[in-house]
Amino acid sequence: MQFVQNVPFFSIMLCMVSGIFSAMLPGRAAKWVTAGLAAVVAALNLWLTIFMWGYGESYVYWMGHFPAPWGNELRAGVLESTLAVVFSLIMLLSVLGGMRKLNEQVDHKKVNIVCVMLDLVLAAMMSMLYTNDLFTAYVFIEIMTLTACALIMSRQNGRTMVSAMRYMIMSLLGSGLTLIAITITYNLTGHLLMENIHDSLVELSASGEYATPITVIMGLFFVGLGIKSALYPFHTWLPDAYGYSTPTSSAVLSSIVSKAYIFLLIKIFYRVIGMGLVTSSHVMDLMFVFGVAGMIIGSVNAIFSHDLRRMVAFSSVAQIGYIYAGLGLGTGMGFVAAIYHMLMHACAKSALFVSSSGLADASGNSKRFSDLRGAGFRNPAAGVCFSVAAMSLVGIPVLGGFISKLYLSNAALYRGGIHMWVLLAALAVSTLLNVLYFMKTVITLYRPPREGFQAPAPERSPLSGAAMWGFVALNLLVGLMAQPIVTAITNGLMMFE
Amino acid sequence: MTGNDSRPSLWERFVNWEAGDESVLDGEIEQSMDQAAPQEPGGELYAHAEKRADEQRTRLVEEERTYYARVHEWSRHKGAKLINRLYRLSAVLVLCFIIFFLMSTVVALPPFGEADNPYNNEVSQRYIEKGIEETGAINFVAGMILDYRAFDTFGESTVLFVAACSVLLLLKLGDHGPDEKPTAAMLEAEWDDRHHEPKNDAILQLAAKVLVPVILLYGMYIVLNGHLSPGGGFSGGAVMGAGLILYLNAFGFQKTERFFTYRTFRWITFLALMTYAGLKSYSFYTGANHIESGIPLGTPGAILSSGFILPLNICVGLIVMCTMYAFYTLFRKGGM
Repeated sequence: MQFVQNVPFFSIMLCMVSGIFSAMLPGRAAKWVTAGLAAVVAALNLWLTIFMWGYGESYVYWMGHFPAPWGNELRAGVLESTLAVVFSLIMLLSVLGGMRKLNEQVDHKKVNIVCVMLDLVLAAMMSMLYTNDLFTAYVFIEIMTLTACALIMSRQNGRTMVSAMRYMIMSLLGSGLTLIAITITYNLTGHLLMENIHDSLVELSASGEYATPITVIMGLFFVGLGIKSALYPFHTWLPDAYGYSTPTSSAVLSSIVSKAYIFLLIKIFYRVIGMGLVTSSHVMDLMFVFGVAGMIIGSVNAIFSHDLRRMVAFSSVAQIGYIYAGLGLGTGMGFVAAIYHMLMHACAKSALFVSSSGLADASGNSKRFSDLRGAGFRNPAAGVCFSVAAMSLVGIPVLGGFISKLYLSNAALYRGGIHMWVLLAALAVSTLLNVLYFMKTVITLYRPPREGFQAPAPERSPLSGAAMWGFVALNLLVGLMAQPIVTAITNGLMMFE
Repeated sequence: MTGNDSRPSLWERFVNWEAGDESVLDGEIEQSMDQAAPQEPGGELYAHAEKRADEQRTRLVEEERTYYARVHEWSRHKGAKLINRLYRLSAVLVLCFIIFFLMSTVVALPPFGEADNPYNNEVSQRYIEKGIEETGAINFVAGMILDYRAFDTFGESTVLFVAACSVLLLLKLGDHGPDEKPTAAMLEAEWDDRHHEPKNDAILQLAAKVLVPVILLYGMYIVLNGHLSPGGGFSGGAVMGAGLILYLNAFGFQKTERFFTYRTFRWITFLALMTYAGLKSYSFYTGANHIESGIPLGTPGAILSSGFILPLNICVGLIVMCTMYAFYTLFRKGGM
């Protein structure tokens, strides 16, 4: 074993240790520890990705002295390490971009606790990416649920309290359903390790035993993790939770927390249960229907919201619909498109949240569209960042959104049949709706301000400016490097089996 | 906008929307927690509108209010009844469906307690047959959670830590140094605590005097013997935490603060988690890289045996105890 192969273990342990350490530090130091941690984890995983590219296959990592079904185990492939790089970069930029707002919106003696939460979100993300064991995944689902609640309520006003409460109830329901699913899986197979469960499930389905419980497992995993990742009919907690908390929280919640659950669901369907069983059970069709409904209804809701951050939040519902619709095609191409869309959406949505808080600051802390006119001139970095991310989500070429929509339609064309027509139609309608609300916002940002509008004195914040340019670069990079990323996803999915 | 006399056309509405048209009631609900609540609903709204001296705005507010009144009129009387009934009916139906669904799943599962069930496989076999030899712990459960699957248990301890931190974030009223004045909220919490909680209750104090040492000793026994007998960090820590809470109830914050303050809580949790992380990182790293760890397992059955399990149990016990005590004090008066 080479030294670089320790990276999954190092990144998880580093995140957890810095989380514990941050609780003892003053707020200012804790924020820099979080930012530094995200940078170090990104660098480590980049090193691992480069190594994995040459290594060509996945490997397992024992967590202790005992081999897999007895001890805990991690597993790394090129897909996991690539995602780890992108997500830790997003964490870095979100922390830097929202650092000043954290001081304003959070009690200054509690800033370090918020940093504990951010560190542990990253730890949970890394563990969900790398774990090879269903129960370990569940432990980190718990950590992620608690930290996400704390991040929502870190800014303490009435709205965030209510939305944190709602998020907690919905999210615990999701965890509960997932736990029931894990219990039934263990009961049927006697294993918690992903490969072993897969082997015994294949055996069971070949013999035709326990057909009902196996279908129920799939349904429970889908609904449980669907609630937690804000899939369309279960999305009611989302707009308030994303719309009113601090910008860092919104960015982290929308781009890391919900994506971790989606990735876990992909892992469970692809590796644990196996595509053969999943496609024959119609759970995929359910996913497809919910996803397509989310694509349309999320966008319609976004059009009708009067508040910039709520609009961005509702657009998340639509984008998560895209991901689930891609998964719901049930083909390898659909999965590749969905994972790429997940990555692209994580980059764009965190950029939107961070920059929309910068824009609101430049307009006297108002998120109303009439006050936002000309905000793009008052805070150029935020304006450019918002425009680039919005164009990416709309699907302007060169940026990631174009590529992912291309891959999605391609996957739909190869799938054929009714799926093809529905997804192509939904893509067309949803893209039009996206254009409607995103381009309206971008145009508003560059309009002359309304008469009598008193622009607040410009504030200089080089740090968040730098973070926004970083987001622009990240979004461009995800679009320009689409080919290598898609290759990594494809290879990673092949290593999954 | 739903104007009464001039309902705008679709195109006009589109143009308005595009120009940043907004609902006048937006943002009024969003209130900071430290602001006083408005005296009458909508009063602030009028003040807001008048201050801007904007007649059109007032008219829009009025329209919106009549519209809302109309909607609420319906929803308070007829609508509320109808919707409540439908809601209850559909909730019952959905729940019945889910119960049926899960019950039929349970029926289809392998019967409980059969010898040839799938979960009686090589995994539990090795835990039982080789557990003592490989972990040195007579208590298999301790061997499983603190040696075979120690990473999961580290995650679980972190869950407790995160839960304590979340409650801290939500309820902590802040600590004031000697030169700072306590805030109004803190004084109020202090007063509430004096008012509602028992003070100098003779029966409680006598009972606590007898029971607390026994409870704490018993908790320590459970933790320290975790690798030898049923128990361990989680259960022993809960017992110790209960002992501390009983002591606090009988003698009040001033007495407990002589030995257990917020600082103690922070340092104990920090050191326990760091020790856990340090010890297990060493054994994860050596295990994954196939290096001999060189930890002596000792004779099974002796108190100093089974490698890291004893110190790990102590760490977990301390974390659980601190978390329980912290939950109690934070929910009681928002501080320690």
